[in-house]
Amino acid sequence: MTVLAVLIPIALMLGVLGLAAFLWSLRHGQYDDLDGAAHRILFDDDRRPGPPR
Amino acid sequence: MTRCAHCGSEVDAAVIAGGDAGTPFCCAGCAAAHALVCDLDLADYYRRRALDPSQAPTRPDGADLATDWSAFVRPNGIALRLDLMVDGLQCAACVWLIEQVLRRDPRVSAVRLNMTTRRLALAWQGDHRDADSILAPVVKLGYRLAPYDPRRLDAASAAEEGLLLRAMAVAGFGAANIMLLSVSVWAGHVQDMGPATRDLMHWLSALVALPVIAYAGRPFFASALAALRGGRTNMDVPISLGVILATMMSLAETWTGGSHAYFDAAVALLFFLLIGRTLDARARGKARSAAERLVALQAIAATVIDASGLHRRVAAAALEPGMRVLVAAGERVPADGRVLSASSELDISLLNGETVPQQVGVNDRVFAGTVNLGQPLTLEVSAVGEGTLLAEIVRLMEAAEQGRARHVAIADRVSRLYAPVVHAAALATFLGWWLGVGAPWQPALLNAIAVLIVTCPCALALAVPVVQIVACGRLLRRGILVKSPTALERLARVDTVVFDKTGTLTTGRLELVGAAANDDLHVAASLAAASRHPLARALVRAAPAVVPAPAVREVAGQGLSLSTPQGEIRLGSRRWCGVDEGAAAGPELWLAQPGRTPIRFALLDRPRTDAADTVDRLKRSGLDVELLSGDRAPTVSALAAQLGIARWQAELAPADKVARLATLNSASRRTLMVGDGLNDAPALAAASVSMSPASAADISQTAADLVFQGERLDAVREALDVARRAERLVRQNFGLALAYNLLTVPLAVMGLVTPLVAAIAMSTSSLVVIANSCRLMARSSAP
Repeated sequence: MTVLAVLIPIALMLGVLGLAAFLWSLRHGQYDDLDGAAHRILFDDDRRPGPPR
Repeated sequence: MTRCAHCGSEVDAAVIAGGDAGTPFCCAGCAAAHALVCDLDLADYYRRRALDPSQAPTRPDGADLATDWSAFVRPNGIALRLDLMVDGLQCAACVWLIEQVLRRDPRVSAVRLNMTTRRLALAWQGDHRDADSILAPVVKLGYRLAPYDPRRLDAASAAEEGLLLRAMAVAGFGAANIMLLSVSVWAGHVQDMGPATRDLMHWLSALVALPVIAYAGRPFFASALAALRGGRTNMDVPISLGVILATMMSLAETWTGGSHAYFDAAVALLFFLLIGRTLDARARGKARSAAERLVALQAIAATVIDASGLHRRVAAAALEPGMRVLVAAGERVPADGRVLSASSELDISLLNGETVPQQVGVNDRVFAGTVNLGQPLTLEVSAVGEGTLLAEIVRLMEAAEQGRARHVAIADRVSRLYAPVVHAAALATFLGWWLGVGAPWQPALLNAIAVLIVTCPCALALAVPVVQIVACGRLLRRGILVKSPTALERLARVDTVVFDKTGTLTTGRLELVGAAANDDLHVAASLAAASRHPLARALVRAAPAVVPAPAVREVAGQGLSLSTPQGEIRLGSRRWCGVDEGAAAGPELWLAQPGRTPIRFALLDRPRTDAADTVDRLKRSGLDVELLSGDRAPTVSALAAQLGIARWQAELAPADKVARLATLNSASRRTLMVGDGLNDAPALAAASVSMSPASAADISQTAADLVFQGERLDAVREALDVARRAERLVRQNFGLALAYNLLTVPLAVMGLVTPLVAAIAMSTSSLVVIANSCRLMARSSAP
């Protein structure tokens, strides 16, 4: 059963990692605009060379 | 039939053709918008977009082209920042178009439009006043913009939602990992796991569970504590008690090397409940932000004339008595005041429901919320804040709200009965085992706590919120926003529906009745196109393809005139057109052409297309329908007869409406008030539940429990229907949850509930309740 001493900490560690990733994404507003983000990818900003700014 | 190339509304091909290939447009504004998009090389927009047929077309109406945003600009580092709400978004292509248009402006440093909340964040470098010129193209495209203050708007609800979401994530993490450990313990029961390994599993579970419960349980503990301090109980009291006791007992079991640890049940319970709460908060946040957007779009800025004669735009809230304010034609009066110069006509329908405009001249008093229809007016502000008519109405509204019988949410009523019964059952179990059976006190206490755990009202606490989410989501898709959490419960018990007239049963817009000769209508409309008067606008709407006549002269309160080689053509009141004095039966316009007898155009504020149908259906479903209006008696009685409403009252002041509702309430009727005007706001607050259309005055929308969008009055019936079915489902859910308790409590009392049984029973009862609630989503609306 010594394998438990290795596997359980690993499992918990992975869980904590996932939780931390979720909390990070929440804090950085990744879920603020779910509708817009889904569509935004379809419109590429094909910026042609225009007049200099 | 072809469609306008910009806004997509149907047009006769002949209306206006523009562009190189004779592209059809419905109006000059759309043609200009189309040209702008093509000039910016963004014509891809028309290929990419998907127009929403249920939405009003995004058509530039030219009215608010010149708005000054500078009062709302905030400095942000070296850049300037402006937050706006955007109305008229149809699809993701609109988001792309607006962002692209703004990005082409070299001054703009950042722009982001959130499609979900419809908020636009704009940052640029330069001067405060640049906002107008930067945003002008967006307004020209037909989108409507309104400034808002993000710091004021979101703070509380966003913080609550964030806390719930974080708590849910933590609880989910805990529930999954503890369940992992628990499954191995349960498997160990049949595969002879050694007690040392089992204890290790329990200790690890405790290690995860304790911080998770301490963090994720806060929303429940805080609410339970607040209720207990106030001498009440709510659903959170048994929840908190169950979770805390289960944790303490499991900790004691783990300490003594026992086999029964309920960490998994406690954390899973929190996780399920937090899912319900989070969804609930999100759904309500969505409805609230939509309602806020509607209100913000009507928010007003005022033009102040200072001592040196300079014009300055300020937010209406910043006005002070004695300031001189300019109200341009078509603008809303920002504060109560006295007219200093010019005379004009005001649309006072929001104030008292009257459709015919009111004449004002120098020294007359005018009230905030009315709309100037004629010439620009200069006002001296006489009252702001507490002193205005608006504030008086607010006070009346607050008084009415206090009088409203305090509604107790059904979940709280159930928990008031439920909590004492459960606690008594647990006590009886303890005493029964200890004194009755003669068992030692430890196992007796264990059994009593098991009773508390299995009765912990997981399904009971989910019964209401899940139904509410499904019901609110369904109504939201139909354009009905549910603002108050208990609105649906109150709506389900309504037996009397009280309507306001103008803007509620009717569209609030005048329309031409009867067919006049086509030529005459054309002549009349070509003059009317020069005016913003509602009667004139109605004529123009009846003949949209008319080319405006040049050099039309407007005399406020009288009418319009046009000089032609044949003589003067006049359009306006009876007297203006030289018709003998006589009583005008309702709103009307006269057209006098040289050498011909004047012609009369009668106008009418038509009922909404489905008003009669809705009233009829409401009556057939056993509801009483009443009409309370501030308008004159003949108009009201005509409409009541037309719609088949037997009981009506006319010429009511706001206080009279409240009095009538109070009478109904004291006769223990449950009333639904549907109204839109400023004068309806107190009545909306006095009714047991209230609805108002999205076109209503902002204060009415604030007072109303539900806000519906669109032209169809059917929304009222739809909301009632969904509310009644939601009520039925809630009752079924309570039934299911109680049945589950009747089944498991005897097991717990007998000491047969193991952690495995508790975990299975709790999950299944919650899932059954959720599945039952989702039936509301699946079934289509009854005809």
